[in-house]
Amino acid sequence: MGTSVFSVRTKSGASVLFAIVLCCCCAGGKCELQESNPSAPTNLQTVKPYLDDINKPQAYPEEEKASLPVFTMDYPRIQIPFEFTLWVLLASFAKIGFNIYQKITIWIPESCLLIAIGLIVGAIMHSVKEEPPAVLDSNVFFLYMLPPIILDSGYFIPTRQFFENIGTVLWYAVVGTLWNSIGIGLSLFAICQFEVFGVQDINLQENLLFASIISAVDPVAALNVFDDIGVNEQIYIVIFGEGLFNDAVTMVLYSMLAFVADMPVVESTDVFLGVARFFVVGVGGILFGLLFGFVAAFTSRFTSRVREIEPLFVFMYSYLAYLVAELFAISSVLAIITCAITMKYYVEENVSQRSCTTVRHVVKMLATISETLIFFFLGVVTITTEHEWNWAYVLFTLLFAFMWRGIGILVLTQIINPFRTIQFSLKDQFGLAYGGLRGAICFALVFTLPDNINRRSLFVTASIAVIIFTVFIQGISIRPIVEYINIRRTNKDLKTINVEIHTRVMEHLVCGVEDLCGQWSHYYWKDKFKRFNDRILRRILLRDNRAESSIVSLYKKLELQNAIELLDTPMGDLSARRSIISLHDEKKGASRPKKNFLAADVKKMHDILSKNMYKIRHRTMAYTNKYQLPDNSRAREVLIRRHASIRRSLRAGSFREQPEHNISKSQKYYSLQPGGNLESEFPLRRRNPAPEVDRLLPARSSTRSRERRLNTIEELGSQGESPAASAHPHTSSAGMSSLDESLRKAPVAAPRRRSSHWAGEDEGDIGSEDPVGGGELVRPPHLPPPRGCRAPENRDPRENEAGNPLLRSSSQGSRASGRF
Amino acid sequence: MCRHQVGCCGSGLRCCRDETCLVITQGEIVSFEQIGILHKRFKQLSHNEETLRRDHFDEIPDLACNPIRAQIVEAFFDKRNFHHNGEGTVDEIGFEEFLVVMSHFKPPKLHLTEEQRGNVRREKLRFLFNMHDTDNDGTINLEEYRHVVEELLSRSGALERETAKGIADAAMLEVASISMGHMEPDEFYEGITFEHFLKLLDGFEIESKMSVRFLNMDTTTLCK
Repeated sequence: MGTSVFSVRTKSGASVLFAIVLCCCCAGGKCELQESNPSAPTNLQTVKPYLDDINKPQAYPEEEKASLPVFTMDYPRIQIPFEFTLWVLLASFAKIGFNIYQKITIWIPESCLLIAIGLIVGAIMHSVKEEPPAVLDSNVFFLYMLPPIILDSGYFIPTRQFFENIGTVLWYAVVGTLWNSIGIGLSLFAICQFEVFGVQDINLQENLLFASIISAVDPVAALNVFDDIGVNEQIYIVIFGEGLFNDAVTMVLYSMLAFVADMPVVESTDVFLGVARFFVVGVGGILFGLLFGFVAAFTSRFTSRVREIEPLFVFMYSYLAYLVAELFAISSVLAIITCAITMKYYVEENVSQRSCTTVRHVVKMLATISETLIFFFLGVVTITTEHEWNWAYVLFTLLFAFMWRGIGILVLTQIINPFRTIQFSLKDQFGLAYGGLRGAICFALVFTLPDNINRRSLFVTASIAVIIFTVFIQGISIRPIVEYINIRRTNKDLKTINVEIHTRVMEHLVCGVEDLCGQWSHYYWKDKFKRFNDRILRRILLRDNRAESSIVSLYKKLELQNAIELLDTPMGDLSARRSIISLHDEKKGASRPKKNFLAADVKKMHDILSKNMYKIRHRTMAYTNKYQLPDNSRAREVLIRRHASIRRSLRAGSFREQPEHNISKSQKYYSLQPGGNLESEFPLRRRNPAPEVDRLLPARSSTRSRERRLNTIEELGSQGESPAASAHPHTSSAGMSSLDESLRKAPVAAPRRRSSHWAGEDEGDIGSEDPVGGGELVRPPHLPPPRGCRAPENRDPRENEAGNPLLRSSSQGSRASGRF
Repeated sequence: MCRHQVGCCGSGLRCCRDETCLVITQGEIVSFEQIGILHKRFKQLSHNEETLRRDHFDEIPDLACNPIRAQIVEAFFDKRNFHHNGEGTVDEIGFEEFLVVMSHFKPPKLHLTEEQRGNVRREKLRFLFNMHDTDNDGTINLEEYRHVVEELLSRSGALERETAKGIADAAMLEVASISMGHMEPDEFYEGITFEHFLKLLDGFEIESKMSVRFLNMDTTTLCK
């Protein structure tokens, strides 16, 4: 019921007041719930199952004793999942709400907004004396909320950069967290000695426990900012990795100290045992993670027949790693991180492209939900929980948290800098220190504090104060500050083949020089691991264990992306009007993910890939094209509309071998015949490649009049288009549409005629579209149509090199050097 | 050619060690100990001779697995990398040349002005460019680029040569589109000039990637 209300209002587009509406809806929903269960209003402390309530009279018990009830309600039965669903929906709607307004999330981090909405909802609930659900019960948090968040970070960690900086990351995560915990704990303990502040009853163990909780940094907000402004990758990965691994360290510390805090006396042996346990827990977690990661990779080797459940293994194995690690009380966070990092590489090569996408999306989705809920509840609980406010303790906590973080980064960087090839400058260090926000983990941990801690509510209050302070003040100010001090930036969006090639060249080069100098560093180890991986691991874990360079995989990815893009684009029976609308949609869609970095690494990746791919394709076309397309976006539209024909023109025309050098431009390009009749010819020819060669030769040597006829539409288009575009950039879209229509006739007509073969033909069509090869058309007919992702491999080996204009330049550059 | 001399040849300290005379700009490449280490390594590689020949490089076991080994070795014998404005190759190099080539891999300093950073970039990219431009005509043409990609992928196992070719071609098209923008259909992209190369790798952090830390440790005992 509440759900339908939500969705109706969402569709109606009341986006400005969306948050308020949501709250009203929520309150409404809640009230309805209360009314629906009037018999047990006191039992609405939700999550506890209504064990005692089962025997109580249900709805309408008196009236219908014996007869079959026509209408019954059994709310207690569905209560837990029902309310959980409502909460998730509410949080998700909130997320939609402020993602409609991009400008908000640029300046105010999403976590701030979530907390703010949580505060509002909490205030409403407080005013109606409603208790929030006990989602942050220790078990619920550790078993259900935390794993998705960690899995997400572990799965999407940029592996290459991470391993390049692993020393620094671990240094900051382990030593930095210990530093913070001990520093803050001891300073707070010192504060507790002053009688004026009235907190003498907090002993050292409890202070340390509390300090370990609030030293868990949660850099989501900082990462988003850094991502947006493209800060250099060293800082990015260090903050990312630190946030991830310091969760693990914090959890270990927390569980240890929670145990220690119970002990009446702490002896020195306990300290040593604690240190020993620290390592056992850490190493054990990594080992379990490795084990399950490899098992998962191995399993995914055999799932090719059961594609439906393929993605499941990723989740089940990582969750299993987590649970088993919990079982043995070793670091479950480390286990799941290691598991995710280990299996990602192999699983993604084993599973199909779709499963891979599914896995990524689901991982992201679960993590987003979990995190959203935590921040949301943070706001709710801030209002509804009992607080114990002690000015001194809270303020000193804030001060020390800030101070120790700053000093810690400064000191630790001085120590680690001599060991780094690229050292951190002062600005970088400031970014690192200032990016240390506190967040979800901290909040959840403090709520799971056992009740026997006597100043628990003070700890809760202080933690929430630290979180809200850092998230709001630092989170909002970090963007302007980082932009102001101008931290060294890098262009993260480089995903061109050239850059990939040179990344690899660089790796091998540096590795080679290191070999020459006879020294070992991470390139050396990387090289060694790669060889071990290629020789042993890949053979065991991968189904198709041909070693594949990252260049090739990027190339394939770009190819595939392009193929998908072309498939997705409507080019069928849409009217011209619809096409304009879809063009607008596309533009919007293209601009949206640009700012939508939050929660959407996958999306961004796809976006980058597709854009780059598009660029290559588009430029390819412009490069071989005779006329200039007026505008990028429109060019794109035209490109997509005519993708098939253009490809063919590329293949059949300019990339084809052309013995004569002085062919006229038009002939080179326009060996494509515009219009439907040619389109109908093409499929035939593809199945029947032999006549193709015959056709092309006459086309090349054909009379001028024939060429004229072929070129009419295109030339008309270019002539009609360019002036319009230059004079009236806005009105030219009408001309576009008519042009589109005329051009689009071709691709529409052909599929109809071969409707039975449509799908197969299309797939083969796209798969065969390699950027340079002219070999597709001379492929012998018995070859199966290539799959999309295998396009580069299926290149015809007899591809004619001389047909490539690039090569021509090189091979004939020497001969024709006089001309150039 | 490369006029951005940041190398070791200039006025400065003079150090004599094992009859190898070096003129090193102070603080340019590395500290004295590091030179010492490199020198030890040099002696070890050359079997205590004064010059290093190509076959000495072949004896390094770790290097044997490097896919672009040939290019790396060639770079050490390329006169263009010696800051002498020379061209062509030599057959053997002394320690000074060895050090000069090595100096291309020194990490950037912590504080650099934009201009210095640009110079470091140019210098490193020039080294890379020279490595690709084997015939020294100022452009990396498609043949040379294909060669690079093929070498790169040569260790990747069952890859067909065609794939490498396709990748090189796609990469070349990309270069053409980045550097030339719109081209007439009868124009041909002749090859990557150094200016285009700079433009191409504009966002590529070469100054941080192409750097080796010459550790202050005696590594000669660690590696064979």
